[in-house]
Amino acid sequence: MEEKVLDLLEEICEDDVVREDGDINLFEEELLDSLAFTELLVAIEEQFGIIISPSEVERTDVETPNKIIALIRARS
Amino acid sequence: MEFFGGIQFFLLLILIFVPAVILGVLEKPLQKYRTAASALVIVLVLWPNRGQLISFAAFFLLEFVLIRCYLSLRRQQGEERSTALYRLFLAGSLLPLVLSKLSEAGLGFEIGLFQFLGISYLTFRSLQMIIEIYDGIIKDVRWLDFADFLLLFSTFSCGPIDRSRRYLKDAANPPDRQEYLELVGDGLLRLLAGVIYKFILAILAHKGVVFFQDPQSLLEYIGYSYCYGVYLFFDFAGYSAMAIGTSYILGIKAPENFCKPFVSIDIKEFWNRWHMTLSFWFRDFLFSRFMMMAIKGKWFSSRLTGASVGFLVNMAVMGAWHGLALNYLLYGLYHGLLLACTEIYQKKSVFYKKHKKERWYRLVSWFITLNLVMFGFLLFSGALV
Repeated sequence: MEEKVLDLLEEICEDDVVREDGDINLFEEELLDSLAFTELLVAIEEQFGIIISPSEVERTDVETPNKIIALIRARS
Repeated sequence: MEFFGGIQFFLLLILIFVPAVILGVLEKPLQKYRTAASALVIVLVLWPNRGQLISFAAFFLLEFVLIRCYLSLRRQQGEERSTALYRLFLAGSLLPLVLSKLSEAGLGFEIGLFQFLGISYLTFRSLQMIIEIYDGIIKDVRWLDFADFLLLFSTFSCGPIDRSRRYLKDAANPPDRQEYLELVGDGLLRLLAGVIYKFILAILAHKGVVFFQDPQSLLEYIGYSYCYGVYLFFDFAGYSAMAIGTSYILGIKAPENFCKPFVSIDIKEFWNRWHMTLSFWFRDFLFSRFMMMAIKGKWFSSRLTGASVGFLVNMAVMGAWHGLALNYLLYGLYHGLLLACTEIYQKKSVFYKKHKKERWYRLVSWFITLNLVMFGFLLFSGALV
């Protein structure tokens, strides 16, 4: 699962730094903006069958690769 | 009497604060008192215009009934949620605002039914609840919670636009004495800052707006836009600060609405700093959802095209929300276009990627952004069209 999420993030953020640093702040480093975030939500729904709506999570809940992985783990 | 305008209102505010502070210091829940106080203030403000008061009461009941009906239907659906039913309730909830905007536009179509102060802002709150009921995030709507959230008088006519789940968390977990006293201290400071912004700085800036009235030359247009932009900022940020400060004292940690908008390096950053609760509302409830539908349905050939259309739609609707007049519609389209161009430029330009972190680039980008923003305010002001 973790590997799949990292693949996804790497594709959406267009940067492999997401693999190296699990605690990197994706919004501050401009790796993720509102648009890419939307793509991520769609991808999570399609690949894991987990529906997360855009207003459900705060930006601070999904700002690092590790937090995203933890969120998906908690939901699956 | 109007909200945050004139001595009468501020005297009333002091009267309302006294019981709130006593309750807060005694660590008693504030929700019932806050709701009653809000209802009282709204009635007093709208009283001279009885028609508006009746419209408002009708709106309130309609929205509550819609939300409760949709909630009970949605609960029965479980995982198999119906999108058609959702859209029906969404339309029902939006209808009063649409009618009011159409009547306001003076297109010969006059249903003065829902024209009351605050309808634009109240609609956001009830729409948000319908949308999140569909999402399955809101599972219950209590009568008192709904009234408390919708009516909070400090944000009744002008925002900030809070979210029900965040708001009701504050309502359900009243601060302890120490936290409450800190909240009151912060609240009073915000209130004071708001008074200085709105009644001193905005009025000074407005002198400039009057000075450059009916601009003729380019220089006068520039003077007018800058004065108008600065005036709008102090007026609106001042109002927001007063509303936030008042909310604090009533036990609600209302969200921020402005964060130094004029330091923005690009237009995207500007919308993260200017009227933040409005742009975040549009981001979460319109832009993101439009984009998710577009991505799932493969509506556009590339993500960049999709994003550009998304920005245009998002900002056009935001412009129309301000009012169905040419200046507001153009203002929305203008910002939609700017956001789309910024997105394309930042994704495609090698020059941008190479220099974006350099000091000179950021300085130039800031200067261009500031002027684009000021031109936007010129459009918004109606001085051009």
